[in-house]
Amino acid sequence: MADLKHNDELLVEEYADYLYDGFHDHHHGDKYQSGFISHYIFSMDHKMIAKQFLITGMFWGLIGGLMSLVFRLQLGFPEASMAWLKPLLGKWITISDTGIGTLDPQFYYALVTMHGTILVFFVLTAGLSGTFSNLLIPLQLGARDMASPFMNMLSYWFFFLSGSIMFASLFLNTGPFSGGWTAYPPLSALPQASSGSAGGMTLWILSLVFFVVSVLLGGINYITTVLNLRTKGMSLWRMPLTIWAFFVTAILGLLSFPVLVSGLFLVMCDRGLNTSFFLNEIYVGGQALEQVGGSPILYQHLFWFLGHPEVYIIILPAMGLVSEVLAVNARKPIFGYHAMVYSILAIGFLSFIVWAHHMFMAGVNPFISNIFVIFTLIIAVPSAVKVFNWISTLYGGNIRFNPGMLFAIGFVSLFISGGLTGIFLGNSAIDIPMHDTYFVVAHFHIVMGVAAFFGMFAGVYHWFPKMYGRFMNDTLGKLHFWGTMIGAYCVFWPMHYTGMAGVPRRYYSFTTFDFSGQFAATNEFITIAAIITFGFQIVFVVNFFYSIFFGKKQTTRNPYGATTLEWTTPINPGHGNWPGGIPAVHRWAYDYGKMGEEFIPQVEPVSEKEKQYDEEHPH
Amino acid sequence: MMYLIGALITILLFVIIVQIGKVNELAARLRGEEQAARDGNEWNARMMLVFLVGFLALSVGSAVYYYPYMLGYGPNILPTIHAPKIMQLFNITLFFTGVVFVITHILLFLFAYQYRESKNRVAEFIPHDNKLEIIWTAVPAVVMAILVVFGLMAWNETMADVDEEGTALGAVKIGSGDIKEGTKDYIEIEATGLQFNWILRHPGKDGQLGTKNWQLITGSNQLGQDFADPKNIDDIILDELVIPKGHTIRARITSRDVLHNFDIPHFFVKMDAIPGMPTYFKFTPTMTTEEYREHLSQFPEWQVPAEEDEPNGLQRWEAFDFELACAELCGKGHYSMKKIVKVVTEEEYNAWLDKAESTAFYLNEIRGTDDDPFLDRPTLQIEKRVREYEVKQNPPAPGPSQDPSTTPQPEVQPGIGGTTGSIQGGTTGSTTGVTGTSTIGTTIQNAAATGNTAVNNASNAVSTGVQSVKNAGENAVNGVKDAAGNVIDKTKDAAGTVIDKTKEAAGTAVDKTKEAAGNVIDKTKDKAGDVKDKMKDKNPFNNN
Repeated sequence: MADLKHNDELLVEEYADYLYDGFHDHHHGDKYQSGFISHYIFSMDHKMIAKQFLITGMFWGLIGGLMSLVFRLQLGFPEASMAWLKPLLGKWITISDTGIGTLDPQFYYALVTMHGTILVFFVLTAGLSGTFSNLLIPLQLGARDMASPFMNMLSYWFFFLSGSIMFASLFLNTGPFSGGWTAYPPLSALPQASSGSAGGMTLWILSLVFFVVSVLLGGINYITTVLNLRTKGMSLWRMPLTIWAFFVTAILGLLSFPVLVSGLFLVMCDRGLNTSFFLNEIYVGGQALEQVGGSPILYQHLFWFLGHPEVYIIILPAMGLVSEVLAVNARKPIFGYHAMVYSILAIGFLSFIVWAHHMFMAGVNPFISNIFVIFTLIIAVPSAVKVFNWISTLYGGNIRFNPGMLFAIGFVSLFISGGLTGIFLGNSAIDIPMHDTYFVVAHFHIVMGVAAFFGMFAGVYHWFPKMYGRFMNDTLGKLHFWGTMIGAYCVFWPMHYTGMAGVPRRYYSFTTFDFSGQFAATNEFITIAAIITFGFQIVFVVNFFYSIFFGKKQTTRNPYGATTLEWTTPINPGHGNWPGGIPAVHRWAYDYGKMGEEFIPQVEPVSEKEKQYDEEHPH
Repeated sequence: MMYLIGALITILLFVIIVQIGKVNELAARLRGEEQAARDGNEWNARMMLVFLVGFLALSVGSAVYYYPYMLGYGPNILPTIHAPKIMQLFNITLFFTGVVFVITHILLFLFAYQYRESKNRVAEFIPHDNKLEIIWTAVPAVVMAILVVFGLMAWNETMADVDEEGTALGAVKIGSGDIKEGTKDYIEIEATGLQFNWILRHPGKDGQLGTKNWQLITGSNQLGQDFADPKNIDDIILDELVIPKGHTIRARITSRDVLHNFDIPHFFVKMDAIPGMPTYFKFTPTMTTEEYREHLSQFPEWQVPAEEDEPNGLQRWEAFDFELACAELCGKGHYSMKKIVKVVTEEEYNAWLDKAESTAFYLNEIRGTDDDPFLDRPTLQIEKRVREYEVKQNPPAPGPSQDPSTTPQPEVQPGIGGTTGSIQGGTTGSTTGVTGTSTIGTTIQNAAATGNTAVNNASNAVSTGVQSVKNAGENAVNGVKDAAGNVIDKTKDAAGTVIDKTKEAAGTAVDKTKEAAGNVIDKTKDKAGDVKDKMKDKNPFNNN
């Protein structure tokens, strides 16, 4: 490895044009790279921080996934004994005289809540956007590092702190928070109403507040870096779509997460200071509360003002990664680059004015819903444009099916399937029967859960060489893809039907009601599919860690024949990314197949011949 | 040991996964890496087609399989006026999205296969195509506009409140229902969510739900009904919701603790229940439960036993009921908030209401107790109605049975004995009431004269007695419950006789009946003042 790096030392100077910024790569005695602690733990290098986000995200992904398996077992096999989980779950499993172990409903709801919180915030926000924004923004823009490496380090460690607090809450005597990841008061505000709303909720709020600190520190950094640290020639309209996506994501996070904190702060006041922002005329635990005049709906407005942009905070980076991976592996420019950028901007803007579509059935004035229906369905337009453009990108390509590409194609399929059901739910009238049923569960798991995971996997497989100088195993990658693609559809597709039969989500048991009790076989099937699909994720994890140390070595700087700047760095870029100068940029990121050339890197100056070609083919 | 096995399995799994990966890599090296890469590419390209065909076939196949389960399809017709309209919108959306789903998936996987890597080809340089892009921006925009228009029409029609000119009804006029348009008049029922149940309240014959206040909630007054409000007098707490077909129902939905959601899946009715802020959902059922069962009975999947272990029990269609559930996470019992919704004909509904009036919460739990603000009112309208209804149900037999000493009395005695015995510790009006009733029984034997006052006093005493016996019965142990039931029945007979007799009889009964009822009246009058004061203390917000 070391010699490869050495051979690469002066590579940037190979290019005709570069930016000399006086950077000296100190291999030894440099505060960024020397010493175990400053290199691996309190690192200020964006690439290391990206890996920290990724591995922490994977840890949480496994925890969140395992939680879902436990509650899926409860739903799929309600009669089966869970006594074997007693060593792990302790008092949350009660064992009857006949030796049948039953999962405590309180803990079932805690698992559901933690699964949602962990996956949405820790895995698909921090693990996805945190990883790839950190890795790719400086590398693809031609920056030495983030605008503030120190803040970047803080961003990770606040995330770590947040995760530690959430993890600690799992071991509370009263259990972790169990009122759903949306934490609607009064349930979340009243320990009398649910034991999970005692210490569990306090830690949940604390954890999320630190999480928001992390997101904000990261987001400010991403925005600043994109706006200020682009290399010579890298105009906004030459940025890869990944960067556009991370940029808009960071703006969304910066504008919406503080609103969540304000909401949580008010819940905290209701819990601790006897205020009544969200409480009104409540009789609970055998006594009438004094708190009057609050409105639980106010919280929902505050929550979903974050909550809806949040789903785009999750899906936009995935879209960006997929756009890039599709173009590189189809050997074609992304179709309609400008339309793709405008649709990202449109989705970003619209995401702020659709939040109340989560609240059609929450008791808000039905008239208000009219406006939100209109904006919600408008989002389908830029989303459709993106889908058509991805499909057109494949048209006439020369497609390599490596694992990254497979996941990118899978993403498009999932985004279509899950996006289309959004058109049902966004229409308030159809939301009457569908609200809070398994139809919704199917919708958001496919479009925002699995699809975002696919974007993330596409990114991990594709940029793994950039992170570790090695490739992940191809066979295991493909096995992982097909297993997950088929498995995920098996898990979530049938949920549409149970939802259309009216089965509500967040039910511990379906047998109380006749209308929900008729799907025992379906639930068994879903549970088995979930277990198998989870098994395929183990393949990924094993592949990931095995490949870090023993994977096939990367021998060329630009293994995919990609145009973007990250592939002009040494195979194992040190701190500062480029030894010597930073490459300057002369073109957009998608010159694939132009004039019969397989690809023309962004650093390549535009030749006379090409200028002539451009004049003949104006676009 | 278990942990050791677990660890071993994990390691084994790790090794297996790594080996799978390695074997293929080694095989690839043997074949030559380029060739292997090409083969791999071919295989994945073909898998794209296999997946496409399999996926589309399974999505259609599964839809066919689940057809009889989904609401709005197969046997599951929608028994409210608004639901089929929503279903229509659903199907319009399904059509558009279905077309898009199939086309985009075919293109996606077909292109992936068609344009798999080939050594002899360089990808085409097609950065964009303005015409195409305008088309596929405009077409979705138009389709969305159509869906928005249809959607908002259905939404605003469904969510519109009841007609301003409509009045809230208790009983309905036979033949006034309308299963096409609904009715202008409506029946307002109330559902209050709590952890973990629904409390259903029917407004009674006045059609008006009484006011309530969460600060008045007690163990028995679960809703915190404010009985100073006369509208509360005839409000009935229901075990199951009974509503007539063809009439507009306005569900007033509220909660007393956390958020809940009033969800009747078959009706397409769903609305959050929020503490301190009532919400509404208006709907009109178009089929009775019985009609719906008959409809289901035509389908083979409903002609099987409802309980698998009881092959001779009810069939599935016979056991069918509309169910009310909770659809907003409300705590650990969220999944268990079940109530039955029974849709009946207008006649059945009116008959049910006549009968259910006697179960009004106020009459059974409040009337005659310290909390009764109307202690000074000798007879309430509802009491008259209840009595008339009971008389109608059990018309007094002519001739000999008018002499109560012969038939009812012997049977009454043990019942009363049992009841009084069991509630002797109680100092409230109930014991007095029971004594009062039995005394009346004796009084009647001696009665020779009558008067208007006598009628009032006697009937008042009797009705208090009836209520008290009911109270006593509910409070007493199981055996006593039956006994109290007997007492009630028999006292009803007796009461009927009292009225008839006293009407005929002359003025001398005044003294005697006053003696009999005197205790009750005096005591309750004394307490009436106290109760009123108490009510005022308890309920500072209520000006009624």
